[in-house]
Amino acid sequence: MKPFTLTRAESVEAAVRDFTGYQEAAFIGGGTNILDLMKENVAEPTHLIGLNKLPLNKIEATADGGLRLGATATNADTAWNPEVQQRYPLLSQAILAGASPQLRNMATNGGNLMQRTRCYYFYDTATPCNKREPGSGCAAIGGYNRIHAILGASDKCIATHPSDMCVALAALEAVVHVRSKDGERQIKFEDFHRLPGDEPQRDNTLEPGELIVALELPKQGFAKNFSYLKLRDRQSYAFALVSVAVGLELEGSTIKTARLALGGVAHKPWRDQDAEALLEGQPATEETFKKAADKVLKGAKGQGINDFKIELAKRAIVRALKQAAAGEHKAADIFTNSNP
Amino acid sequence: MSTVSTPSSADGQLRPPVPTAPVTLRINGETHTLDLAPWTSLLDALREYAGLTGTKKGCDHGQCGACTVLVDGKRINSCLTLAVLQEGADITTIEGLGSEHQLHPLQQAFIDHDAFQCGYCTPGQICSAQGLINEGKAHSEDEIRELMSGNICRCGAYVGILAAVKEVVDAKTASKQ
Amino acid sequence: MSTDSNTNFVGKAPSRVEGPKKVTGAAKYSAEFDVPDLAYGYVVSSPIAKGKIKKIHADKVLSLPGVLHVFSHENVPSLAWFDRNYKDDIAPGGSPFRPLHDDQIKFSMQPVALVVAETFELARYAASVLTVDYEQQKHETDIESKRNDGSEPGRGKTGYMPPARREDADKGLDQAEHRIRHEYIHGAQHHNPMEMFGATVHYHPDGKLTVYDKTQGVYNCQQYITKIFGLSKDEARVVNLYMGGGFGSGLRPQYELFLSVLAALELKRSVRVTLTRQQMFSFGHRPHTLQTLEMGTGPDGALLGLKHYALHETSRFEEYTENVVNWSGMLYQCPRTYLSYEVAPLDVYTPIDMRAPGAATGSFALEVAMDEMAYEAGLDPLEFRRRNYAEEDQNKKAPFSSKKLREAYDEGARRFGWDKRPMEPRSMREGNKLVGWGVAGGVWDASMQKAAAKATITADGKLTVASAAGENGTGTYTIMTQIAAETLGLPMEAVTFKLGDTTLPEAPVQGGSWTAASVGSAVKSTCEALGEKLLKLAQKMDDSPLQDAKFEDVEFVNGHIRLRKEPEQSVILRDVLQVSGEREIEADSSAMPNPLNMQKYSMHSHNVVFAEVKVDEELGTVHVSRVVNVVAAGRILNQKTARSQVLGSVVWGISMALMEETVMDHRYGRYMNHNYAEYHVPTNADIRDIEVHFVEEEDPHVNPLGVKGIGEVGLLGVAAAITNAVYHATGKRVRALPIYIDKLL
Repeated sequence: MKPFTLTRAESVEAAVRDFTGYQEAAFIGGGTNILDLMKENVAEPTHLIGLNKLPLNKIEATADGGLRLGATATNADTAWNPEVQQRYPLLSQAILAGASPQLRNMATNGGNLMQRTRCYYFYDTATPCNKREPGSGCAAIGGYNRIHAILGASDKCIATHPSDMCVALAALEAVVHVRSKDGERQIKFEDFHRLPGDEPQRDNTLEPGELIVALELPKQGFAKNFSYLKLRDRQSYAFALVSVAVGLELEGSTIKTARLALGGVAHKPWRDQDAEALLEGQPATEETFKKAADKVLKGAKGQGINDFKIELAKRAIVRALKQAAAGEHKAADIFTNSNP
Repeated sequence: MSTVSTPSSADGQLRPPVPTAPVTLRINGETHTLDLAPWTSLLDALREYAGLTGTKKGCDHGQCGACTVLVDGKRINSCLTLAVLQEGADITTIEGLGSEHQLHPLQQAFIDHDAFQCGYCTPGQICSAQGLINEGKAHSEDEIRELMSGNICRCGAYVGILAAVKEVVDAKTASKQ
Repeated sequence: MSTDSNTNFVGKAPSRVEGPKKVTGAAKYSAEFDVPDLAYGYVVSSPIAKGKIKKIHADKVLSLPGVLHVFSHENVPSLAWFDRNYKDDIAPGGSPFRPLHDDQIKFSMQPVALVVAETFELARYAASVLTVDYEQQKHETDIESKRNDGSEPGRGKTGYMPPARREDADKGLDQAEHRIRHEYIHGAQHHNPMEMFGATVHYHPDGKLTVYDKTQGVYNCQQYITKIFGLSKDEARVVNLYMGGGFGSGLRPQYELFLSVLAALELKRSVRVTLTRQQMFSFGHRPHTLQTLEMGTGPDGALLGLKHYALHETSRFEEYTENVVNWSGMLYQCPRTYLSYEVAPLDVYTPIDMRAPGAATGSFALEVAMDEMAYEAGLDPLEFRRRNYAEEDQNKKAPFSSKKLREAYDEGARRFGWDKRPMEPRSMREGNKLVGWGVAGGVWDASMQKAAAKATITADGKLTVASAAGENGTGTYTIMTQIAAETLGLPMEAVTFKLGDTTLPEAPVQGGSWTAASVGSAVKSTCEALGEKLLKLAQKMDDSPLQDAKFEDVEFVNGHIRLRKEPEQSVILRDVLQVSGEREIEADSSAMPNPLNMQKYSMHSHNVVFAEVKVDEELGTVHVSRVVNVVAAGRILNQKTARSQVLGSVVWGISMALMEETVMDHRYGRYMNHNYAEYHVPTNADIRDIEVHFVEEEDPHVNPLGVKGIGEVGLLGVAAAITNAVYHATGKRVRALPIYIDKLL
């Protein structure tokens, strides 16, 4: 860990103002990811701006029937929030499928979006990594790539985004509110994270100095027909090999609205709107689900060791859609699907 | 044969260490004023500066739970927060839960159920269990297992840990009724 | 012992005597001792697997205020020159790795420098900016590339037994009606105890050192540093009162010990060095092992021939060995066996014993093969094992000192409900999950080493017993307290057991499941020696009812010494002490194995494991829902701590079966999942019902206590039973661990 200075911001204005004037400034919310990376010498900010005094930890209803999640509200407070549990159980369960109770008590909603990949090579400064050190190469390609991307990767980077929460946020069409010294703007969730392309060092579309202040959930929460299914190498406290977030609105046995996003398979939470379109208007049958799964994985490319994730993702999509259609998951079943 | 140098990103420019300043922490009800630089984690502050070694370092990266403490009643990994960020908070460590001659019910239950072997993860397990009780979300065995999963026990004492935590959770539930 | 005794503790289930210290954080581990004027060392690790260090640019980091020194091969003072000075008690044959010795890089993450600074954070920072230039050379790290390059190892390591060969196995196989031949593989595994290796060296004003080190053997470490640094034993006291798990990783001195002592001596200052979790992957591991099993049976299911071949890695500088294949010559009756064992050197650090070394590995392959053979022969896997029950040790051609494996089979089958198991795979379901039941087991050495102890009783009736054994979670404090208290008829509260300190009588390293037998026997014999002294004093008392009694005629019970035949004829122990006028009475003694018995008998513990799995076939997930582990390991000293050891073993077995593997990227010769997030061991949510049962054996031959040790035997067969259960559930035979999701898709 390199030396750094630190200020604790008392207001959002002060936080974004404080960002300039340093060689490399960074915001620190819960700290669970950035301090980990700083100890590994992967992140080396010269200045940290502490956010845990900011008044951004509220969870409150919006005028148009949605819910606004403060950026510094913790993952735990969000997951266990009664409004979230009742109206957005998909989000609650996705959060609770991730990390550990201690980490969820620290990690903030804004920070969850800012998590960096768990790629072994990104974390190990003895190996090349374009994300950590642009131009040095991607060691995961041709290496040990069990946890790597099968969708949307580039020849520069095959890292995956590790979040569970973000997969649900993608399916729920959340909107990210960000603030900079130039004012506030909103970013659609699907536009927030990006694919690696030629610039894998950039995980998202935030500009330097922009601070996430809130996540806004639209009214539709898919509280009746949803599923968050997570597959991993042990039952808890592990990152997803593949995860699937599904929200359905049914009319009888016909799918009226469908939302489908995957985690653990790409550089960003992988929402597939074509597959959603394919599901909509169709009967909620296994056949339909399989078509959607095939659609999602149509362009998938394995890297060798992670080839299995293509078939696993297909099966997980079908299972999650079945579960959602059956409405078998209740808001209270908080862990049943995180260790199937 | 090729030449490699590490660290590869070394720019040749050294950053001067940031000077220390007094940081006031409230630990187990007592005020500790420690001279710390921003880069000191809460865990290192407890172990190396405040002399409270009951909180353990098992990975230093939030991957094991041995460093679990309670901050304002909530369990966290003390390795992944900075001491300076906890100024003003109420920190409880294993030393604050009970002592050898005045054991906390969880500590007694851990002994009774032999919920540990080497003992290194134990303070973190117990603080985590207290956090779990404070949260009030876990009642069934499955819920306790899942919500105690942020604490790795390499000796594999999970059967005993479950029994110990369940006993105290049940006693709490019974006393409320 | 008499039935009226309140001081019988052996075989009962008292809670750990050190429990209150552990649950309150009062137990001090090696990196936690508060010593004055402490400096901190941080280790710099090599990014390459093979090559040379060209230059270490220390000047830059030395310019940072507070950085005290950068130790490397460029400036390490001249130390002991000969290899033998670096050999510890557990070292295999070859030339031990010497930290900071020269410019050679022999394995990835090799320590190349130690940066010492005023604070931990500063040392860590300085280490991260220390520029080191390397000349990289081509490395070889993949055992798969050495399939035809293995060779039989020498007998360099204590405890290594070259496999016994019997009659022509091929002849037996040729006669067989059913035959199988398969390869079984598991990758490298790392012990990963919760506590990371660390040492606090207290540099005293007179230049003497007290070294608090994480180790399974304080004497082994003392010997190591005294030989290397030319210190007398008086100048280097090594202490380890609590160890946060070892599992074998602390059998040999690890490099934090060398580095912290070096720094303390050079800087004349107290120094603490702690490794990072990542660096916990930079030394010994369970080796990546390839095994082939071939067996055949006659029409009645009798094994006619068995061949077991194993190959694993070792380092370029030491020849690590473990007993992988030997178990296949003794667990079952088979007249014709061929056991072959080879190692191949690679550019990795030397493997080091990891819980049930060799046997965890060998029993996995043997017991999965036995399951495959049973299916091939159309026999229930447990019945197949019964039919090939070994009545004697065929490797040694000697009877077992005791063996209740058959009783363990019966007990386990009954508890598990094995008789309800349909033979056919894929025949049990629960909801959308396939259910499978599997069985497997193993055999482990009942060993004993020489150990010494000292006992002191004071006028107030308090007994202190000491031996430099270790406590790494096994229950040493507790069982020794039980033995001592029972031997002298005292309440456990009146007894203190001290361990882990080179100022105490010598005990062997804590490993091989031999501590209970070795140190326990020494404690017993020492307390008996003290008892003899106490009897003599009792006989000097006026009108002593014990006047003419011999030691064999009396017993120590409930704080009294009394005649066995006339228990009412007794004296109160505390009166004896008070009347004697002595302030304290001391005795020391030792115990060692009985060579005659060792020659005459084969001494082994056995176990059998029944496992139930639930498999979601579509998604490839496996849950181990139920395990019954029945262990036959002589006498059980403490039912509570022994059960915990076996419970822990089952967790280890589940881990080995389903999740544990250190994966190397051979392009870099580097383990890539070197952290606790990506090296998976079970969480609480992974563990369901586990039942442990002991079939106790009366064994008068094995050692004076009749114990066999239970630290390793419980692990045997667990991974195989799970693998076999997965087959029974799904019809898929997995022969390479761990059984990740993808292996069942």
